[in-house]
Amino acid sequence: MDFSSIDPVILIASLIVASTPILLAATGELIVEKSGVLNLGVEGMMIIGAISGFIVCVELNSPLLGLIGAALGGGFLSIVFGIVTQVLRANQVASGLALTMFGLGLASLLGHSYTGIKPPYLSTPDIPFFSEIPILGKILFQHDFVVYFSIISVCLVWYFFRATRFGLIIKAIGENQDSAHALGYNVIKTRILTIFIGGCFAGLAGGYLSLVRVPQWTEGMTAGAGWIALALVVFSSWKPLRLFVGAYIFGGFTILQLNLQAIGIELSVALLSMTPYIVTIIALVIISSSKKQGGSSTPGSLGKVFMEAQ
Amino acid sequence: MIKLVPRTKKSPIISAIIPILAVGLTMIFGGILFWILGKDPFETIRMIFWDPLMNETFADYARPQILVKAAPLILIAIGLSFGFRANIWNIGAEGQFIMGAIFSGALGLAFYPQESVLLFPLMIFFGVIGGVFWASIPALLRTYFNTNEILVSLMLVYVAEQVLAAASIGFLRNPEGAGFPGSRNLSQYPSAANLEIISGSGIHWGVATAFVSVIFFYILLYKHKFGFQVSLSGMSPKAARLSGVNPRLLVILCLALSGGLAGLAGMFELTGPAGQITIDFNVGYGFTAIIVAFLGRLNPIGILFSGMLMALTYVGGELTQFMLNLPAAAIQVFQGMLLFFLLSMDLLVNYKIKLARF
Repeated sequence: MDFSSIDPVILIASLIVASTPILLAATGELIVEKSGVLNLGVEGMMIIGAISGFIVCVELNSPLLGLIGAALGGGFLSIVFGIVTQVLRANQVASGLALTMFGLGLASLLGHSYTGIKPPYLSTPDIPFFSEIPILGKILFQHDFVVYFSIISVCLVWYFFRATRFGLIIKAIGENQDSAHALGYNVIKTRILTIFIGGCFAGLAGGYLSLVRVPQWTEGMTAGAGWIALALVVFSSWKPLRLFVGAYIFGGFTILQLNLQAIGIELSVALLSMTPYIVTIIALVIISSSKKQGGSSTPGSLGKVFMEAQ
Repeated sequence: MIKLVPRTKKSPIISAIIPILAVGLTMIFGGILFWILGKDPFETIRMIFWDPLMNETFADYARPQILVKAAPLILIAIGLSFGFRANIWNIGAEGQFIMGAIFSGALGLAFYPQESVLLFPLMIFFGVIGGVFWASIPALLRTYFNTNEILVSLMLVYVAEQVLAAASIGFLRNPEGAGFPGSRNLSQYPSAANLEIISGSGIHWGVATAFVSVIFFYILLYKHKFGFQVSLSGMSPKAARLSGVNPRLLVILCLALSGGLAGLAGMFELTGPAGQITIDFNVGYGFTAIIVAFLGRLNPIGILFSGMLMALTYVGGELTQFMLNLPAAAIQVFQGMLLFFLLSMDLLVNYKIKLARF
């Protein structure tokens, strides 16, 4: 065992990369949940994003188009959820589970002939000056653009819900769907839109996994990342900036356990591999027990079926 | 303009017809999917739903297999249905299934090679304990820390899978297995084996238990106070509290019930069809059981039929893989579609559709 082979600078830089997929997926889900919809299908949308992005990328030989394809793949799948829960008024928990199962199946069906292929490489933009700052340059300024996109989008979402009119309308719909409806806002259309945006984010997160982070297609490659993203939204108490904290804690544990496995620490592989999930549970417990009963941060209409008054 | 008018009374007939309609729609859209995949849709659908039961070449093998696959689905789904009725969402049955197998397997292997009639019942008990233990984690975290049981139970599936991997390459590995992963074969250890009760029928102890459970839990749901409290809590938590239901206790009981049944299913699967603990011991029964529970309308008798139907799609699906070279995932898509159609059509149970004039 040789701890000195772990370089802290590379560790932190790779932590940011490892957190990017769940940060993206959680950002999308946060938008959805702010509008009062609980979509448990993040895992399914992510894996569809992973495979659709991979197919587009390999067939068109363009990582950029691949990432767009990933986002659209996740978005299209989420529309199914949107119609089933918003137009046909089905139970959101059950529909989300159905979305995950359907997505996992469809993804392995689509990916049947794409295993073992290496996708074209996504180049990292060269940021002059900043990337040459010692330590900080390596940690912050030598990533691909998706990493920057994920960080900027969290900030934009924060601004969006804080200061824009449309953001406030979405929040109102999520807090009290009946009042928002009475004020003349279209609850169902708005929610279908947020579901679609959430799906695009989840799809992009999946595409990032299969095109950049791994980069390869394997069946079931999301391995619970979609569920962790859902946990992250709860952990953040629906506050966008707090997503960073949760995502980087989680990413940190993932990278640390991988590094410890690599240097052959005297701990079982199984024990190390289960840490990200256990850490997620512990984080959920801490955040839920520190909140008062029926904490006010949860959107008031979350998961409720909207029924127009007759 | 189409208008939805809420029904004042739910129609039991519509409620019973919807699963059949959903299966029909899934067959149509599934057929289109198979056609896109370059297979003859009619032949594929026939092979999934008809050949395992009626085709002379396959039926002798397939009929018992349907029972073998239906048993864990029915057991797990019945357990889940109680929680789902009360809005308690245990979606980690897959993990509880694994832990039931590991607990009972560890006990059986500890006594190997001694023979005793007491061992099998004791292993059943340990299987239940394993499942209850794993489900009690989300139950206690929800009751004491208000933690979301959906996410915790699901996270624990991944943890259980790691425990399973550690067991099969480590602490439960067969010492005479030449270093290969996997435990001793419990189905070849007479005291621990879950054998067929009637030879060639596929009916092992787990199948028998599943059938008995259907009757037992039907009575519990419709004739006992507990069943009433569960249903009431789902419809109106406030009314349930006022009538004296303890919501915390209900969460614990529903999760323990579903965990126990999943653990039981894991035990029967381990000692019978699977035989040994391996890394890929679990094949997703815990997740498919969620579809079974909804398709059976969260009712034990409905679950009996939906469990059989879902087992049929598994066996028929294997047949299509073997005969038509259809990818295994196609059946998974098919099952996912079924749940979507079912949930969408629930609209008809709760609403009347009216054509309104402007």
